[in-house]
Amino acid sequence: MSEEIILDIKDLRTSFFTEDVEVKAVDGVSFKLPKGKTIGIVGESGSGKSITALSILRLLEHPGKIVGGEINFKDKDLTKASDREIRDIRGNEISMIFQEPMTSLNPVYTVGQQIRETLKVHQGLGKEQGTKKGVELLELVGIPSPKKRITQYPHELSGGMRQRVMIAMALACNPELLIADEPTTALDVTIQAQILEIINDLQDRFDMSVIMITHDMGVVAETCDYVAVMYGGKVVEYADVKTIFKEPKHPYTVGLLNSIPRHDVDVDELEPIRGNVPSPNDMPKGCRFAPRCPFATDLCYEELPSLDKVSDDNQVRCWIYSERWDGDPEVKVNGPERTS
Amino acid sequence: MFQFIVRRLLQLIPVLLGVTILVFSLMHLSPGNPAHIIAGESAPKDTVEQIEERLGLNDPILVQYGNFLKDVVTLDFGNSWRTSLPVSEELWPKFWVTFELSVYSTIFSIFLGLIAGIISAVRQYSVADVSIMLVALFGLSMPNFWLGLMLMQWFSINLGWLPATGWGSAEQIVLPVITLGTMGAAVIARMTRSSMLDVVTQDYIRTARAKGLSERLVIYKHALKNALIPVVTVVGLQFGSLLAGAVLTESVFAINGMGKLIVDRILARDFPTVQAAVLVIAVIFVLVNLLVDISYKFLNKRIDLD
Repeated sequence: MSEEIILDIKDLRTSFFTEDVEVKAVDGVSFKLPKGKTIGIVGESGSGKSITALSILRLLEHPGKIVGGEINFKDKDLTKASDREIRDIRGNEISMIFQEPMTSLNPVYTVGQQIRETLKVHQGLGKEQGTKKGVELLELVGIPSPKKRITQYPHELSGGMRQRVMIAMALACNPELLIADEPTTALDVTIQAQILEIINDLQDRFDMSVIMITHDMGVVAETCDYVAVMYGGKVVEYADVKTIFKEPKHPYTVGLLNSIPRHDVDVDELEPIRGNVPSPNDMPKGCRFAPRCPFATDLCYEELPSLDKVSDDNQVRCWIYSERWDGDPEVKVNGPERTS
Repeated sequence: MFQFIVRRLLQLIPVLLGVTILVFSLMHLSPGNPAHIIAGESAPKDTVEQIEERLGLNDPILVQYGNFLKDVVTLDFGNSWRTSLPVSEELWPKFWVTFELSVYSTIFSIFLGLIAGIISAVRQYSVADVSIMLVALFGLSMPNFWLGLMLMQWFSINLGWLPATGWGSAEQIVLPVITLGTMGAAVIARMTRSSMLDVVTQDYIRTARAKGLSERLVIYKHALKNALIPVVTVVGLQFGSLLAGAVLTESVFAINGMGKLIVDRILARDFPTVQAAVLVIAVIFVLVNLLVDISYKFLNKRIDLD
């Protein structure tokens, strides 16, 4: 790729340590994010996608710990940065917004106080300048009568408004990278679309890169350039967004896509992925998806496949695409009903 | 806000009415004839009867209660049956001593409790946390008269650093305040710890960290203000038990305060003084808790007082 790479994660491993047991929540995740682009990290709950995001800003709660790998942001490895350095990056060069707008703002401070705080810490703005900038930011994220809103407390705002405030706060210092951890999951569908539009819009305007964490393939389609599908703490498929939707290769990706209701294809029933995400402290020995995979063979249960390039635009972690595949050689992961 | 305060002050009326009934009944139900005590054990019968007549003890009980209520409303409690001095004149200086003792002890418990609680929460399960919680458990379980006696033994008798009795000078204040404030400090420390531990797992604390704030700002600005809400409630309630605990502390340290006055006058069946003192304590307790309620509003704007 010729573009400038803003974030390069290599073999990131994050574990939680409980009573001498190491639970590998993120187990060797790698991806690159070019400047101004959006990567979607997709997966079910427990796939490690949120932990990946929190690892980038080192916001893991005890007993979570990054145990290996590199997180290269521009020229700096964030896993090795000092507390001071990482604090200077948080909210300044890299910002984050969270899933729960209802609880992500401090209930005892006004919207203005919370926005000004970021501006004061990173840009040394005083109260007056901070308020002026705060009003501009609220206007930017489409909050009506921002001068009034800035004096209000979070409980006086709706969920959608609060998420806008979170975005305004995240954008306060013109970050180069925005990490959005399921920013629309807790919101009404109509508000979801508005929030995504705001993020897309601001991304173009400020040439910001975005990591979009979601379990919703609809969100991916609307916002992302690249997609990393995660399962059991590992990336199982990594491709650009067109390829993911047109030619998904991993049976899990196909399963996710088949779980979306569609109006243009006549399907009697949705095809859910049977079973549950394996618990991180009881990972299958071979491919993590094998117990739920309709195509799994003995090889899948025995040995973990590697993430390999299967075409120019696609990397997949699946035995089906390797020379060692011992199942049906004519297997079609990609059901005919999806090719419309 | 103003409306709220007015309403709460009006609510004082039924509360105080209840207090008057309670204290009046308790005094009149307790055995022992005040006239006998005033006249002395060997006094002739007609002297006792004269005194009974003068004090109105022969009036119907409702009339006596009515007279008492009249005293309350006019804020004139008459003269003490024991010393014949006006009750208010006797009460005020002693009230101030007890009030000072209570306020200093409250300040002591808030400071010590908050600091200990925050350290405990921030370093959960560390040696510091475990030791603080162990000490707090002791503080909570020790009867304060015993603690007072032990402090006296160490600091006054063995080491000779501080005086064992009295009230007024800075040295005299130290031991009684520690004695009275320790239990409150222990309660506040435990409350602060659990409240902080609850708050630091909240999403907005993660947001504060994600903004790039220093850990100090995260804890003292974002976490503490939220964690204080339940702590303030405890402080208000503690103040009540502090006034009660003052009785014992005053006895141990021979402090001439209201607690000691009440005990003495109950034994002397000095109805006017006891009734006035108990009422004053009730009013203070209700006012302190009103103050606590008002402070909620400043801590948490979601609370709508009106």
